[in-house]
Amino acid sequence: MEFYQINPAYADNLMFLDDAGERVTYGDFAVFYESVKGRLRERSLLFLFCENSVGSVFFYLACLNKGVVPLLLDANMDQALARQLLDTYMPDYIAGPRRQAPLWDVPACAEAFSYAVYENPAVKAEEADKGLHEDLALLLTTSGSTGSPKLVRQSRKNIAANAASISEYLELGPSERPITSLPMQYTYGLSIINSHLLVGAAVLLTNRTLFEKEFWEFFKSAGATSFGGVPYTYEMLKRLSFFQMELPSLRTMTQAGGKLMPKLHQEFAEYAAGTGRRFIVMYGQTEATARMGYLPAADALRKCGSMGIAIPGGRFRLMEDEKTEILTPDTVGELVYEGENVTMGYAQCREDLAKGDERGGLLFTGDMAKRDSDGYYYITGRKKRFLKLFGKRVNMDEIEQLIKAEYDGIDIACTGEDDRMRIFLAGKDAAFCLQAEEWLSQKTGLHVSGIRILPIDEIPKNEAGKTVYKNLPA
Amino acid sequence: MTHLETYNKIFRGMFRKTDEELPELKYRGIALWDSIGHMDLMGELEEAFDIRIDTQDVLDFTSYEKGKEVLGRYGVVIE
Repeated sequence: MEFYQINPAYADNLMFLDDAGERVTYGDFAVFYESVKGRLRERSLLFLFCENSVGSVFFYLACLNKGVVPLLLDANMDQALARQLLDTYMPDYIAGPRRQAPLWDVPACAEAFSYAVYENPAVKAEEADKGLHEDLALLLTTSGSTGSPKLVRQSRKNIAANAASISEYLELGPSERPITSLPMQYTYGLSIINSHLLVGAAVLLTNRTLFEKEFWEFFKSAGATSFGGVPYTYEMLKRLSFFQMELPSLRTMTQAGGKLMPKLHQEFAEYAAGTGRRFIVMYGQTEATARMGYLPAADALRKCGSMGIAIPGGRFRLMEDEKTEILTPDTVGELVYEGENVTMGYAQCREDLAKGDERGGLLFTGDMAKRDSDGYYYITGRKKRFLKLFGKRVNMDEIEQLIKAEYDGIDIACTGEDDRMRIFLAGKDAAFCLQAEEWLSQKTGLHVSGIRILPIDEIPKNEAGKTVYKNLPA
Repeated sequence: MTHLETYNKIFRGMFRKTDEELPELKYRGIALWDSIGHMDLMGELEEAFDIRIDTQDVLDFTSYEKGKEVLGRYGVVIE
């Protein structure tokens, strides 16, 4: 049985608790699904505007059960970007929090748990639902922030295999109670939900942040056993003197979404070892559904700075180029992953949703890595022009295009490191750059403290007219 | 510069608001004052007033107005 299917053995288990006091069992989901399944057409496309609430996860799971393909988006995303995605993909349905004004002027076709579903008035039932590949189960954005229409196509096999593998290596059981410290439309946040539903555990849903008392009150009152965090989450935890907190229910902390500074890795691994808890560093990408690697808790200190080994059912190797595998230890090459969770490929437009599997279970990750003589992997850098801003992957070429489109004819170069993106604008003054920072932050939802836009006389170029990024000021 | 002037200057700079808009500001009320903004804000206030804001007070610092009260606990009187 897959994680989203209704398992009668779990009927009485608590499934979700939220910080507004809502408590639902697996049996409650079965009742909910019976009541909405007739309202949704099989093999249709639905945009789900997500928050961490019962309504949001229930409609997500209803989609998977019914064979409706949901695209998961942030309920608070920029409206203009949402409309661009609507124009590109023309979904059959939209679902979102009932308090939000609907994007289409039609009555809701289904409502439950403060969520409402609307049917696209422009799509006629008889001509709808064509052209979704039969294996396609779920769509996620590659970088929800830049508004790129590029989506990752995930199959039923992908999501089922990854949930099973994660619950195996984390040794999850029905007594687990993870708290959602990450949004559900973010692949890492979603994988926590999926892997726990497979074992009949209860997930604690909250939209609160670590900097709100209500988060910690809910954590304690509901007895959270685990949470996941991106590197920035762990910096916030340090700021909150996390090591001094009284959290008797806590068993496990996981980390993904970018490389944690080795010093923080060490501190959290030491804390875990000293308090009988587990700290598990992991590695993944949306292109591999969620998870590819993990560092077993027992190795957290011994292999500090490593992202570990391949998850059960997966395999890593390092490649010098497309054909030549690197077999000697401690040699850097591109990390390649093989496994059932390697997704079908990307989509850029509605027609692409008809495409089948384009990867054949093999993913060139774009990350550069090395392997030590014990077989543990270490990420050393990136092959492509990506960086992570507070756990979100940002394609710097897409950022350049976004700014060029807004400020017609401007010459620009985007560079930087994780959590510190630098953008140079040619021939503009400081005031203009400050304004552009604000615009970009608003447009992308990326926090302005991770973005620096700076004036420059001229963007350095080579003879072919290509930007020479290494000649930009540090 | 008085404490109030320093306090306001930090808020204006971080959240790109005018003095008139400051009294309305609340944590998560605007995009810039999210978790990341909060972390930066705590850091700047600690540096400016040479204090160390403890965990309970980081969580208690829920708005521009509430922040004045929080800083008062560290002897930083803002009025």
